[in-house]
Amino acid sequence: MEDTKPNVVKITFDGIEVEVEAGTTIMQAARRIAEADGTQAHLVPPAMCYYKPLEGTGGKCRACLVKVAQGSAKDTRPMPKLVPSCITQVQDGMVVENTTNPAVLEARKGVVEFLLINHPLDCPICDQAGECHLQDFAFEHGAAQTRYEEERRTFEKHDIGPYIQLHMTRCILCYRCVYTADQITNQRVHGVLNRGDAAEISTYIEKAIDNDFSGNVIDVCPVGALTDKTYRFKNRVWFTKPVDAHRDCPTCKGEVTLWCRGEEVIRVTARKNQWGEVQDFICNTCRFDQKKTSDWVIEGPTKVQRSSVISANKYRADLVKKPDFALKLASSQYKAIDDSRPYVTDPDTIRQQSVENNDKANHRSLLAENN
Amino acid sequence: MTEAPNTVAFTPERLAKAREIIARYPEGRQKSALLPLLHVAQEQWGWLSSEVMDYVAGLLSIQPIEVYEVASFYTMFHLEPVGKHVIEYCRTGPCCLMGGEDVYGYLKQKLGIGAGETTPDGTFTLKEVECLAACGWGPVFQIREKYYMNLTNERIDEIVEELSK
Amino acid sequence: MTKKILLEHAGVSGIETFDVYRKQGGYTAVEKALKTMTPDEVVEEAKKSGVRGRGGAGFPMGMKWGFLAKPEGVPRYLVCNADESEPGTFKDHYLMKTIPHLLVEGMIVASYALGAHKSFIYVRGELLYVIAILEKAIEEAKAQGFLGKNILGTGYDLELVVQPGGGAYICGEETALLESLEGKRGNPRNKPPFPAVKGLYQSPTVVNNVESIANMPWIINNGGEAYAAIGIGRSTGTKLISASGHIKKPGVYEIELGLSVDEFLNSDEYCGGIRNGHHLKALVAGGSSVPILPAHLITKTATGENRLMSYESLSDGGFATGTMLGSGGFIVFDETACIVRNTWNFARFYHHESCGQCSPCREGTGWMEKVLHRIEHGHGSMHDIDLLVDVAKKIEGNTICPLGDAAAWPVASAIRHFRDEFEWHITHPKEATQPGAVYMGDSILV
Repeated sequence: MEDTKPNVVKITFDGIEVEVEAGTTIMQAARRIAEADGTQAHLVPPAMCYYKPLEGTGGKCRACLVKVAQGSAKDTRPMPKLVPSCITQVQDGMVVENTTNPAVLEARKGVVEFLLINHPLDCPICDQAGECHLQDFAFEHGAAQTRYEEERRTFEKHDIGPYIQLHMTRCILCYRCVYTADQITNQRVHGVLNRGDAAEISTYIEKAIDNDFSGNVIDVCPVGALTDKTYRFKNRVWFTKPVDAHRDCPTCKGEVTLWCRGEEVIRVTARKNQWGEVQDFICNTCRFDQKKTSDWVIEGPTKVQRSSVISANKYRADLVKKPDFALKLASSQYKAIDDSRPYVTDPDTIRQQSVENNDKANHRSLLAENN
Repeated sequence: MTEAPNTVAFTPERLAKAREIIARYPEGRQKSALLPLLHVAQEQWGWLSSEVMDYVAGLLSIQPIEVYEVASFYTMFHLEPVGKHVIEYCRTGPCCLMGGEDVYGYLKQKLGIGAGETTPDGTFTLKEVECLAACGWGPVFQIREKYYMNLTNERIDEIVEELSK
Repeated sequence: MTKKILLEHAGVSGIETFDVYRKQGGYTAVEKALKTMTPDEVVEEAKKSGVRGRGGAGFPMGMKWGFLAKPEGVPRYLVCNADESEPGTFKDHYLMKTIPHLLVEGMIVASYALGAHKSFIYVRGELLYVIAILEKAIEEAKAQGFLGKNILGTGYDLELVVQPGGGAYICGEETALLESLEGKRGNPRNKPPFPAVKGLYQSPTVVNNVESIANMPWIINNGGEAYAAIGIGRSTGTKLISASGHIKKPGVYEIELGLSVDEFLNSDEYCGGIRNGHHLKALVAGGSSVPILPAHLITKTATGENRLMSYESLSDGGFATGTMLGSGGFIVFDETACIVRNTWNFARFYHHESCGQCSPCREGTGWMEKVLHRIEHGHGSMHDIDLLVDVAKKIEGNTICPLGDAAAWPVASAIRHFRDEFEWHITHPKEATQPGAVYMGDSILV
């Protein structure tokens, strides 16, 4: 053993070495890299179900699967399957491949496709558009076309109480809202019913989610399944201006983001970090009832660290460039290309090979047509 | 809250049985009794209404949603009213190899209903289920705890006649 | 005649009662283990026997026991997995209803070995009548002093609880089973932590299949080495095979591992050959999830060796030309069986049974079923075949639990070995959708 501190371990993530405390997950280690160097944000595995502020989340969506190429310094064997980085703890000397591993990118492409086959492509009329994690995920890892020809799964919209609308058709079953109700509120009345692809978030019998902190389910929802009825269809998020503000609230910390159009506050949310996670959960009074600028002490414009696709319009276009994983992969692997073949200079051989290659190409395209 | 008072209750014998079941598990783990209790409840009422599930939640001191989540996950629990006899027939591969599709087709025709439906007189409900672990004795269906195996059209005639009495 | 370990007394009248079971030598293993052996010695015999998990995974049971964490002051649990639900598998059902005391005796010995004082038998809910049989057996054993406080005066206490499931294949996965036993939805847990460290009620737990545990009385009475001498190589002992499909004699058979597939399939002692003078077309050797094999790869391996009923021989050739012993669900198809229809049927099963927790399985199983349904009903196109292969590949290995693999393998293997049959369904939709139509190479059987 080297003379590292006992509770600090060193891992290599996509070729970058980082030191973290023992017990940290691979995901948190990757986020540490990006927090130290903003240009590495694209290395961080996407999280659709994992949500650090909520204990027990993660492991379900499979979006953050990575390859552990070396388990640890002691046991250098690779892990046989891809592992969810959000719940897999680091070991000293672990080597992790994320954007540098073709199998990881392929699996991730699969997860995007799976999440999208039953997701409506209604972004133009969805309130979440512009701050939707599924939108970002699809933009970064998805294909331009769908291979899904079957009917999509749909559900009726439900109002769960006066402030929250549940549009189950858009849900990706991350379970975050269930954990929120368990951990932030004093009574959970909604949950996951049925199973398989018929599973749905529901209260089963018509019930209002009636609780001081119930509105937080809107903030944790990665998609437009749980939306704020007081904000419904009022504006597109990229036309609003986020402002940090606070008030003296007897129920919560009172630190929020106001989403303004001119002087008008059209929405109030909790403040989120660069990973889209709520910093402090807020109460329903702050969220739904305090819609005047005079209700708040304004701190200044919200710093948008890493924003979504559509906000390229408004804020920092350089932050929302689609990462070119293929190029990155090629640059990391070009050495592996076998270039030991002898050069052919004889014109007849070249012609012969050219004809053969043409035949092969034609054959392939024929196959493609027939299939 | 303005909910109607809960009038649902187990019979004294079933309540005693329920208490015996709850006592099987370690202290603080009474939720383990949920599936056994739902079976007892279904035995009494035939199906699980939300009132029945709320009652079970009360017996176990858990939230009603925890019962709904579980009851809707497992296919044996009926969340809608059913007929007197629920015929649960296996539609999985091995039973089909033994002619299951024809036999079940005959059954549907005989009862005049499809899967998921109940005869107008309320005697039979047909429910399509997956493998019942009796593949060598297929085609198979079960009515409550009883397995009916090696089914043929003739056997179906006999069974339906007997149960219609 | 093969050595019988589990079903030796299955034909004895009244064997389901304590008295008859006892007369046949029952419960001597409990006496021997509790009175003359330490728990570690019992574990040692299980290790020596080499008996492998009979639920499908084939992991050595003794080794699994060896992983059990033993922190001070924390209870340990043994849970018997009797949630038998894999299509083609019905051996545990048969064993429990026929000789319930064999499982009870095995549970006592295994619980003693692991230091468990409360053990559970989780039985699939549909088998309500088997639950009643087991509960009666437990009551009898208790009345005779083999269960409860201070068993046989040895100071060892054990309570056995039979827990009904509610109808969910997924609860056969050990962590889903534990969730279900805790009164929750059967959503599998991410591993690690493994049940051996954090299982039932967050305590160290061993989950073993019915058949695995039922081997313990024989192993204690005769020794682990004697058990290991039966069978072939690392496939030690005997195995219950559930035989179904187009054979003359469907049923549950106990075979010595290493018996040839040919003998099992064709001899009158076992399946008795294909029924009605038909021919073998395909075989699923280990329950619906294992790869299906075409006739030419069943009795011989790709390299021409005799295929045996053993973990190693059945997997010879990998997934390209081999399969798995799995849970021993032996499903036989003759030429009247339509592979496309059966693949769709299995895909529908896995779609229906997916818990819905992780996205590749929740969405992928339904997608495969729908595409297969289209092909079977004459609306497929050629690119659907490659689509299925690709979807299966994207599910496989990427899910929380093995249900994803179980759903992917039957589809991938059916296309691997019967691609022409899928293509025929697509190119000949009219013929293929006639009732009972089956592709047979150049001719069609209707």
